[in-house]
Amino acid sequence: MQIAFLTDIHSNREALSAVLAHVAARPRPVDRFVLLGDYVGYGADPQWTIDTIADLVSKGAIAIRGNHDEAAIGAAHGMNAMAASAIDWTNRHLDKASLQFLERLPLTAIDDDRLYVHADASAPDRWLYVMDGEAARRSLEAAETRLVFSGHVHVPGIYGLSNIGKLTPFKPVPGVAVPLLAQRRWLALVGSVGQPRDGDPAAAYAIYDTHTAEIMFQRVPYDVDKAAEKIRAAGLPTGLASRLYAGR
Amino acid sequence: MATPKLGPGSIVDGWQIDSQVHKGGMATLWAVKTAEGEMPLIMKVPRLAEGEDPAAIVGFEMEQMILPRLTGPHVPRFVAAGDFRALPYVVMEWIQGKSLHTRLPDLPLTPEEVADIGSRAATALDALHRQQVVHLDVKPSNIMVRTSGEMALIDFGLSHHLQLPDLMDEEFRLPYGTAPYMAPEQVLGARSEPRSDLFALGSLMYFFVTGTRPFGDPQSLKGLKKRLWRDPVPPRRLNTGCPPWLQEIILRCLEVNPENRHPTAAQLALDLRTPDQVPLTARAERMDQDGFVTAFKRRLEVDSILTVKRGPAAGDAPIIMVAVDFTTTGDAAAEAMRAMIRQLMISMPRARLACVNVLRLRRIGLDTTLDEDGDHKHLQRLIELRHWARPLELPEGSVTFHVLEATKPADAILDYARSNHIDHIVMGARERSTMRSLLGSVSGEVAAEAPCTVTVVRARTDEG
Repeated sequence: MQIAFLTDIHSNREALSAVLAHVAARPRPVDRFVLLGDYVGYGADPQWTIDTIADLVSKGAIAIRGNHDEAAIGAAHGMNAMAASAIDWTNRHLDKASLQFLERLPLTAIDDDRLYVHADASAPDRWLYVMDGEAARRSLEAAETRLVFSGHVHVPGIYGLSNIGKLTPFKPVPGVAVPLLAQRRWLALVGSVGQPRDGDPAAAYAIYDTHTAEIMFQRVPYDVDKAAEKIRAAGLPTGLASRLYAGR
Repeated sequence: MATPKLGPGSIVDGWQIDSQVHKGGMATLWAVKTAEGEMPLIMKVPRLAEGEDPAAIVGFEMEQMILPRLTGPHVPRFVAAGDFRALPYVVMEWIQGKSLHTRLPDLPLTPEEVADIGSRAATALDALHRQQVVHLDVKPSNIMVRTSGEMALIDFGLSHHLQLPDLMDEEFRLPYGTAPYMAPEQVLGARSEPRSDLFALGSLMYFFVTGTRPFGDPQSLKGLKKRLWRDPVPPRRLNTGCPPWLQEIILRCLEVNPENRHPTAAQLALDLRTPDQVPLTARAERMDQDGFVTAFKRRLEVDSILTVKRGPAAGDAPIIMVAVDFTTTGDAAAEAMRAMIRQLMISMPRARLACVNVLRLRRIGLDTTLDEDGDHKHLQRLIELRHWARPLELPEGSVTFHVLEATKPADAILDYARSNHIDHIVMGARERSTMRSLLGSVSGEVAAEAPCTVTVVRARTDEG
């Protein structure tokens, strides 16, 4: 089975459209979409994004909840001013059905040997950032599955844990399949679709093949001008537009 | 993870074990039964029992990860891998031929043979490096000589694929490698430097031409670190028959700082194949090690040597071939060619330029009777070629000159590009003429068939 992992879309219609077109253009269609949260916040197209996500879910996609999704339904805490102002705006631009959709999303999901969680598996509702080996180890040790797939940090990454407790961090190269060796446990941080922060503005996503146990990270360039222009036109903080160009 | 007892006659996932080929510290090799005429196969099974070296397990994981991703004649062909949770194994091509280890009783070899072995091994390393893999355990027993003469590298247990997680890096504090051949940066734990393999190959060539290992076979980390500050005895001191050009190449491979070695294995191979064009430096003539004071100073400053810069991608140091054709190019065309070369060499200062001219033979056999005249023509072309390149003012050592003799220029250019792993061919377009309509375009043929980028240069004309 081939699974497409998408996360941290953040109401970026242009980026999500480009990624979905990229997935659709694969010679072999994917068998499943897994969406790791943060569908809204920051960007100017929350309603379209939720409609698109809900449509994927109705066709069998697995979707879990992110901190921005939780904030949009009125449970915001600990957000910076820019994020909070975008969330306030988002809440006013989503219809009731969309808010209900977000409310129903689970915090985690288990699918065979894989755990899906937006942030740190040791405390999914605390939205901790998995930014280093120590955090990756904590998340992996809390999970009962061999593999963990997460978002939240907006930077693609892989951590491998051997059975004697050694941790291997790795920065994946786009387009190169990385085998998640069976005798180890792995945490994959799928980069962000709608607001990458690793210096590359192109939208990030990943494909995992359950048969070969290989993960391939992908980058898809999209119309940043248009996404940024919409953010400015909507009166959202301009910093949310300019950061899309830098991928920061 | 229990390892079932394997023996002749055992069947694993349909593979029938024939006989034991080799039992090493890390793994056992078994011959696998194959039908007549099929590629001979071996099965490599790691030794995973309690108390075995943990590096054996990680090394096997690495090999299982890297080998299926490699292609070409310079590696064994991967066939199948076993599930690690059941029985870990790899089935691969059993390369028919001997390893360079079998040559040890014949040492020292002649300089010519050492250069030939070195250039073929460097070609194999170049193929590996282009596939993003640093071998990190280059030594005689890991280089197989195929019956075709091509060399293949085996055993990727210590290797690092630059685009895949490096499990070895995280597992161990001590450097892994083979003491006599390990590069200084590898001793310090660096595992991402392709030029570490050039150091190992340099050690091998030193050993093969002198019969002595340049750094002995130290058994302690302290002993291994000595190569960071203590230079080896120059090969010519041990074997006066070692020519200056070979010493130059070997000692350049053995430079402590990878920046001072050949930028790529392809450039090393080119040097080994063109001894008369190796630029000689002070390295070539040395007869003694550095004095005690110099070595001692280096020992004190060893920390500054430890900072190793990230290795260059082959793209930073390409071999560029310029095919110069004196018969059809005027001044404007020649200047346009030089302008193109100048741009390329300025943007990539580590590039090597091979200036090539094809001396056209009318028909094989006819011209060879005029040996003296032929020699004269050849030499004259070489002089013209150097003259052509003079305005480029390229530093000595970044350019070589070659006159190829052939009846079909396109074939000669293509052969040269293939055998020297040329990254980029620059050549002129034949001027519009009846010649071109009669003979076809050499550049067109080269562009269609070349294994690399081809730039066809034409001087701008504003007539008509």
